[in-house]
Amino acid sequence: MVFTNGPRGLANLLKPEDVDVHLLIEGLYQRYGYDFRNYAPASLKRRLHSFLKAEGMATIALLQARVLSDPTCAQRLLLGLTVTTTAMFRDPSFYLAFRQQVVPLLRTYPFFCIWHAGCSTGQEVYSMAILLQEEGLYHRCRIYATDANDRVLQTAQQGIYSYRQMQDYTQLYMRAGGQQTFSEYYTASYNNAILRPSLRERVVFGEHNLVTDGSFNEFNVIICRNVLIYFNQTLQNQVHELFYNSLCKFGILALGKQETIRFTKYEAAYEDLVKAEKLFRRRG
Amino acid sequence: MTYDLVAIGTSLGGLSALKILLGYIPKEFPAALAIVQHRHRESDQALSAFLQKFTVLPVHEVEDKERILPGHVYFAPADYHLLVEYGHFSLSVDAPVSYARPSIDVLLESAADIYGERAIGVLLTGANQDGVRGLSTLKARGGATIVQAPDTAECPVLPRAAIAAMAVDWVLPLAQIAPHLIHLCGESTDR
Repeated sequence: MVFTNGPRGLANLLKPEDVDVHLLIEGLYQRYGYDFRNYAPASLKRRLHSFLKAEGMATIALLQARVLSDPTCAQRLLLGLTVTTTAMFRDPSFYLAFRQQVVPLLRTYPFFCIWHAGCSTGQEVYSMAILLQEEGLYHRCRIYATDANDRVLQTAQQGIYSYRQMQDYTQLYMRAGGQQTFSEYYTASYNNAILRPSLRERVVFGEHNLVTDGSFNEFNVIICRNVLIYFNQTLQNQVHELFYNSLCKFGILALGKQETIRFTKYEAAYEDLVKAEKLFRRRG
Repeated sequence: MTYDLVAIGTSLGGLSALKILLGYIPKEFPAALAIVQHRHRESDQALSAFLQKFTVLPVHEVEDKERILPGHVYFAPADYHLLVEYGHFSLSVDAPVSYARPSIDVLLESAADIYGERAIGVLLTGANQDGVRGLSTLKARGGATIVQAPDTAECPVLPRAAIAAMAVDWVLPLAQIAPHLIHLCGESTDR
């Protein structure tokens, strides 16, 4: 540590509220081991503020005091900081590109592994399972679907979604190049749609935290869409190192539509497979 | 005051308003322009490609962690919120705010937080109130605020709501907004 005589340069001083955010995040880590220290600050702050509102608290400083002494509040906060935006065949053009450009590559393997990192409530995992079934490849694969949050993983494992969403999903399925009738993939029960159990035959659901956990297998495809946007660049580089080390040579990395490896250390390690859909291929 | 960022929000009627506004801005404009235009979640890059034809500034659909450079125009991509960090943008797929993703409030509030008095917030034609809260926050943090004069707006709902909610610094006809931005940002470079 370097000691200086005067205060730090003005530009480096934090605003009072940012100090409170910093202390809260540090406290969450020290007290419970939840590591949000390298999350992108802007979206993290927004989520903290909506959580404050929901809890009826006035300031981040109050929240900090509460969270440190109340584990159930910390649990709620953890859930409040978890992003669950997802849909079956979200971004249909991605699935279309996957079908056209990645599936032919996968056909060359007798067996292949896919890691869906940050799978949330599972809709996109089942979408991939449907796609691979229709392409006659599902029996040759294993899908590891992971998320840091066990609550959303439980939902993913059940494969039961609100029936109301099915109309929307059907539209997306068709635009994603779906070849069957979408309703064949689920059974309606009251207000729910229960997905066909065969869709998870080759899926292993498991807890994995991209921030703290390491590599656990070698994969032919890693799908991680709209997860890394919540991380700062330090953490993005760290996770890209994990992905790079977990991908086989010429393996495929799929990111979200507006995500890029351009601003990371791994830019040169991949080539574009489908540029617009953020499908990258690991160089040899 | 030096201004580094101009954050612009608009919904219905925004395309033709932006065409005019951006058309006036010269290449050496010393601030970055970040824009939220409400759009369908699956709209492609046609919006930015279209507007590129009317401006000499390079137009981008923001990719996560893209650097913020003066003299560049940055669009919030479809189905993502656009947020500002120190020196770069971040994106999020958090729930829609005021039914919108991208939301104008989200951009303006994060611009207020990071840039404060070095940001200018602009609300143009629009059909709902998304943006009003963000502009108030920016004003409270010392930023400059501009709203399109409702009678020059294709849809005056948003400008009217902003004017009713706060003491906007300047209410200007569309044609005068770009010249005023040049004036405000130009002043800063003379110092």
